Amino acid sequence: MGIDVNCTAWRGFRTGEWRHLVNVRNFIQKNYTPYYGDADFLAPISLKTQRVWEKASELILEEIKHGIIDIETEVVSGIDNFEPGYIDRDNEVIVGLQTDAPLKRIVNLYGGMRTAKSALEQFGYQLNPEVEKHFRLYRKTHNDGVFDAYPKRTRLARTAGLLTGLPDAYGRGRIVGDYRRVPLYGTAFLIEEKERDLDQLDGPMTDERIRLREEVRMQIRALEEMCSMAEKYGCDISRPAENAREAVQALYMAYLAGAKENNGAATSLGRTSTFLDIYIQRDLENGLLDETGAQELIDQFVIKLRLIRHLRTPDYNELFGGDPTWVTESIGGIGVDGRPLVTKNSFRFLHTLTNLGTAPEPNLTVLWSKDLPEGFKRYCSMMSIKTDSIQYESDELMRPMYGDDYCIACCVSAMAVGKQMQFFGARANLAKSLLYAINGGIDEKKGIKVVPDIELDTDEVLDYPKVLGNYKKVLAYVAELYVDTINIIHYMHDKYAYESSQMALHDTLVERLAAFGVAGLSIAADSLSAIKFASVRPIRDEKGIAVDFEIQGEFPKYGNDDDRVDDIAVELVSYFSAELKKHPMYRNARHTLSALTITSNVMYGKKTGATPDGRKAGEPFAPGANPMHGRDANGALASLNSVAKIPYRDVCQDGVSNTFSIVPRALGRSEGERVENLISVLDGYFVKGAHHLNVNVMDRQVLLDAMEHPEMYPTLTIRVSGYAVNFNRLSREQQLEVIKRTFHDEM
Amino acid sequence: MTKGLIHSIESMGLVDGPGIRTVVFMQGCRLRCIYCHNPDTWSMENEKAQQMYPEELVERIERFRPYFGSKGGVTFSGGEPLIQPDFLAEVLKLCKARGISTCLDTAGVGRGSYDRILKNTDLVLLDVKHYTPEGYRQMTGGEIDRFNKFLEDVQKYRIPIWIRHVVVPGYTDSQEHLEGLERYISSIRGIDRVELLPYHTLGEYKYKEMGIKYPLEGVPAMREEELATWNERLNSGLAG
Repeated sequence: MGIDVNCTAWRGFRTGEWRHLVNVRNFIQKNYTPYYGDADFLAPISLKTQRVWEKASELILEEIKHGIIDIETEVVSGIDNFEPGYIDRDNEVIVGLQTDAPLKRIVNLYGGMRTAKSALEQFGYQLNPEVEKHFRLYRKTHNDGVFDAYPKRTRLARTAGLLTGLPDAYGRGRIVGDYRRVPLYGTAFLIEEKERDLDQLDGPMTDERIRLREEVRMQIRALEEMCSMAEKYGCDISRPAENAREAVQALYMAYLAGAKENNGAATSLGRTSTFLDIYIQRDLENGLLDETGAQELIDQFVIKLRLIRHLRTPDYNELFGGDPTWVTESIGGIGVDGRPLVTKNSFRFLHTLTNLGTAPEPNLTVLWSKDLPEGFKRYCSMMSIKTDSIQYESDELMRPMYGDDYCIACCVSAMAVGKQMQFFGARANLAKSLLYAINGGIDEKKGIKVVPDIELDTDEVLDYPKVLGNYKKVLAYVAELYVDTINIIHYMHDKYAYESSQMALHDTLVERLAAFGVAGLSIAADSLSAIKFASVRPIRDEKGIAVDFEIQGEFPKYGNDDDRVDDIAVELVSYFSAELKKHPMYRNARHTLSALTITSNVMYGKKTGATPDGRKAGEPFAPGANPMHGRDANGALASLNSVAKIPYRDVCQDGVSNTFSIVPRALGRSEGERVENLISVLDGYFVKGAHHLNVNVMDRQVLLDAMEHPEMYPTLTIRVSGYAVNFNRLSREQQLEVIKRTFHDEM
Repeated sequence: MTKGLIHSIESMGLVDGPGIRTVVFMQGCRLRCIYCHNPDTWSMENEKAQQMYPEELVERIERFRPYFGSKGGVTFSGGEPLIQPDFLAEVLKLCKARGISTCLDTAGVGRGSYDRILKNTDLVLLDVKHYTPEGYRQMTGGEIDRFNKFLEDVQKYRIPIWIRHVVVPGYTDSQEHLEGLERYISSIRGIDRVELLPYHTLGEYKYKEMGIKYPLEGVPAMREEELATWNERLNSGLAG
């Protein structure tokens, strides 16, 4: 069988290993055309796209007003469970929706029944009682499984907020199928390949082999369902795509299958733009497509991605504000042969921010290298300043570890496309752990003993070596507990909520990464620094639990490029990472770690008592690996330098997230200067060995928001010549003055 | 070895000289400009200021070097950097030796040693307070002669200049005044750029904190847009 190598679908493509076995990277390397020019070639929005986007925009606005458009209550999640739906059928060039109508959300019961019910009820919806009754009767959920197996120590850690955001009642997400395989090969060939893999998976029937055999069979079924789902839209994805439109369409269908089947926190797309450029380029050369048509394909694809929704609970929304889906698309980077992986289509993806306006989704992620073509760097920088919608990650740092065909899942998690998957592990609260070291393992808020065998500290002034010793004991305990907990979660997730369509687009023998995470890194580092360099007196309640701290003297603070405290932060993550690795992972997954909290830093703060760095009980943490807002006294580069020290390779190898905020005028006088300066910031930061930067170039509205939520805008600097001030350090009155001043208008 | 007194370091300055620049705010200034927005830098007795050896400061600056790109570097501002001449000359020398571009943001009123200082200065951001002796006295409480001496030396050593001039409503915003400035500027050699800086009130709160009277109380901030035409006009006449 196989595919006829002379088929029309592959006509004009340069040959390679990719023609005989699934190898998308090889296809890309043999066929893509690097682009070194500027953005002049880009086309405006087409009439058709305009019509579709108008309708979609109206719906999105309505959704913002009411919180929801509609929920499908007759059928639950599944690849092929929904009738086809359209926004504006005549004008849709790329078709396919999660359900039979735009923004109508899917109920997923496999994660957990209670979660699904609470999500429905907040909007006053009810699932068809028959469906619910039968599901309850005949089907066990991921959540049921997890709680059957959780030991008491995990339940305690969960209640106290030591481990938070665990994917034990919702989809783990962060699994990115190699959606490009469907347009390149068609599902028929992919099924053949999986059948062959299944035959080879024979031998002594161990746990692992049985499990994998069952999964591969589920993957095959998923590919069949994917094909049938696409057929309902009139798309034949069983065979390779013949042209650019078919390629975009088939790739989207493959992605859509995953978004119908699962409700993972992050439903990322992968690295598709340069792959699709090969098809577009061939059609352009053959006169089958013009630039307007090419842009239309990408614009319409992106509209669809902007409409991806999952049904969430109120709790979840508290954790992750703004209904995010993290449809992350990784753009750019450099190949191992030194050629940039930037194509015209890299520009087209970013250009959707102009044609369709700015939006947080898809989460456009540029894989940055100082060696990217100048024209592309300038365009990225310009679009960042204009739209505030791009995040950057260091290709120089990741390429040596993941090769040149990796993508980012969610915000910062790198994985080789189709070759690696991730067990998402939420995060452990490092700040709370430190309080346990002082409070004898007792939770400062709940009063329950969470960590055993820790002595209650009764010193009048905290002693650094003693606190550090106890802290390491606590962290060692937390690491073991954390690994055990994540093992249970993913065992059950595989068993009860397996992502068959996404895993069908991975190699059968996939490498698994276990992504652990920490929250409160800067607070833990500053607290230890305060104990070490200043004098910290706990204020204790009648039970001897420290409820507040009195600090005398100065201490170095993380975010000032001061090695005395930055080294503490480095030591902390290195120690915790090493402790995690002492405990074996389910399915031999490789432990990784991230310092990543995008919006959940507020919630972690709420659950954590006052800390020895002077942070009051309930105050938000800094996001990700960011220094606490208002503590950087040396400006933004010093803050960037502190974060750049957090080691990526082998330690925080699931990502070190940093948010950088600036108002346009502070970035330079003219637009040209701003563009150049932002490029210099990115070049410099990544040369320093940093991993990720979220660039916020803020407008007035955002600045007003920063007054209310300073924790979301660390390092925010307002500049006029010869005068610098950190926004968060100003009084409210001063902030209003600055806003007035910065944006030249009256409040 | 001379220690310097540093008010603060802004690692990322993008509006004080070309490119990304680390701005070193030095402590101490003898002028008392009526619109000064950094009164906290006047005194040489500021307990919050830090003492640093030249090498120490240069090591600090070095940490930000990867961000400088081809245009950026370090800018010494203040306060008035020229009133710590020995320290400043030493730091500039060390920076140049490492290939870091140097820029001086100054009102041109120091304590001499200008030859040693300017030898290692790539660009001077020259704050022209006023161009007449009377006006200068009114704006700064000082005499213009000392400024003229520095300007002479800058021209002698052929250091490129960016002229900066703060425009204060009711003081230095008249047509007549700006025409006078234009004539004055045309007499200076080596100007690459002119920046009219709109007066702002962001420094006012510092006066309150320090318990001193704000000289321009009640004077409104200047809108940058109002200066756009003049900025363009003053820059269009420049040779290079």
